[in-house]
Amino acid sequence: MYNAMELMICVASRLLEDGATVGVGTGAPCAAAMLAQKTHAPELLVAFEAGGLAPVLPAMPISVGDSRTTHRALMATSMCDIMEACQRGVMDYAFLGGAQIDAYGNLNSTVIGDYQKPSVRFPGSGGGNDFASFCWRTLVITQHDRRRFVEKVDFLTTPGYLTGPGAREAAGLPKGGGPYRVITDLAVMSFEEKICRMQVESLHPGVTVEQVRENTEFELGQVAHVAETVPPEKEELRVLREEVDPNGFIIGR
Amino acid sequence: MYRGDVSVLAQRDCKMMTNSENTGRGPLFTDPDPDVARAFFRHKKGALTNKLMSVSDAIAQFVHDGDYVASGGFGGNRIATALLHEIVRQERADLGFAGHTTTHDFQILAAGTRSGKRILSRVDAAYIVGLEARGLSARARRLMESGEVAVCEWSNYALACRFRAAATGVPFMPIRSMLGTDTFKESAAKTIACPFTGKPLIAVPALYPDVALIHVHESDAHGNCRIRGITVADWDLSRASKHVIVSAERVVSTDEIRREPNATVIPAFCVNAVCHVPWGSYPGNMAGEYFSDEAHLKAWLAAERDTDTYRAFLDKYLYGVDCFETYLQICGGEARLTELQRLENGG
Repeated sequence: MYNAMELMICVASRLLEDGATVGVGTGAPCAAAMLAQKTHAPELLVAFEAGGLAPVLPAMPISVGDSRTTHRALMATSMCDIMEACQRGVMDYAFLGGAQIDAYGNLNSTVIGDYQKPSVRFPGSGGGNDFASFCWRTLVITQHDRRRFVEKVDFLTTPGYLTGPGAREAAGLPKGGGPYRVITDLAVMSFEEKICRMQVESLHPGVTVEQVRENTEFELGQVAHVAETVPPEKEELRVLREEVDPNGFIIGR
Repeated sequence: MYRGDVSVLAQRDCKMMTNSENTGRGPLFTDPDPDVARAFFRHKKGALTNKLMSVSDAIAQFVHDGDYVASGGFGGNRIATALLHEIVRQERADLGFAGHTTTHDFQILAAGTRSGKRILSRVDAAYIVGLEARGLSARARRLMESGEVAVCEWSNYALACRFRAAATGVPFMPIRSMLGTDTFKESAAKTIACPFTGKPLIAVPALYPDVALIHVHESDAHGNCRIRGITVADWDLSRASKHVIVSAERVVSTDEIRREPNATVIPAFCVNAVCHVPWGSYPGNMAGEYFSDEAHLKAWLAAERDTDTYRAFLDKYLYGVDCFETYLQICGGEARLTELQRLENGG
């Protein structure tokens, strides 16, 4: 057996192929990158926005700038150096954590309510806006519910496809980037190429399309043939529990 | 809208900005004019004088009410905790602050003074109010949700590039993030057309803080500093800031600095004050020295949820403490610090 977070992390880690480059955020994205590194992708190059480049992660970093992010790393550098590698097109994936998300994969991690006097103030962009602007593919991992999967984000912190096809390029963002997969506790979501809207890629075992619709505020469109997500393998779970997150920092939530 | 203490030139600039859709409508808190900065830096002396002083003297001399302050390191990693505590104890007011992934450092200043006064009045926000995977600071959130603090949005890279523009001595840097988002709309950036390709770019204005607080591994008495591990934005921040206060784990000789010049990250002519503060990033992480004290950070976050508990917590750990050494003692002293040292070094 496995819990929803374990499933999400295992599924997410498989999206990171060996030899790929990925900029990761705190928490679940970092756990997924670490799991990939310890299973099928030993040569996954992980970069942290604060300056950690290509560490062999010994334990889950608590901060994307703590010293674990440079454990046996190839380089301890600066934020500008990491972000500029992304800006010039080096980095395959941006891997970001939970936030409000709309059908175009736009993310909000700044405020709920009115910007000038918000009902909730969140941290803001951090490096999220930069990573999602610069990296070729954005991966997002987040819980699936109607509060998060909204018609319109209260604040567009980090760009997905903005208002649809061509909008990123029109705004001046680097060509060819954008959201790729959203991994939730119900499904893996992808983006329909022509309209840039989120669709169901695969449903997790036991989850129905109706369940996904009920937990998504925006229109999902037609769902025809949908695959079932391959559940976590024994070995993936063992590595995740024993080596990646033995203290249950992320998977124990 | 509050504009901060900026020059006439920058104020005029702000008014122009609000009228165009190619400009963010956020407030610009500092003057990006490189000639104003050059006039200042011309008189910043490069001579190798002895800059060693106590933390309280450094804060008294170089941090004033109304100043714009920036914190080095990365939120809970290699932060100048001792300097931040002293700002709170000396009850500074009306500070501007660069929220470039600020976590525990922001949380300390968000506490306000013992007499209940707000310390921060304006914040450039790229990452504030959170402590990454540890959760959100209830106190910092309340402060930013009160509407009393003027705020301007940026991404982390954008804010790092604002330091870089200032360090470089140019009025702005072009970048390709923030485009098309509300982060841009609530910033004080502008979009410009690239003169070579015609592509839209974001121009982020140079940010020259009045004072930067940077914790380093080693410094000599003049302020030649070495940093191990990631440098985050401190290479640029130390050069961009009008004044730099350094706290250092160790004070080394200038001969030692000269023995290995490529280990120097910050040269003395950037630095105004050097404070010798072993464990100076506690409860933050210091690369190669000690890991973060997660129990203490957790206790701080928990205390913020209840007014009385929080007040008692601050009295015990911050307001009622005479100096940083005493704080370290209250937090468990040598036994705890040795444990964190062991944790950091893979024990």
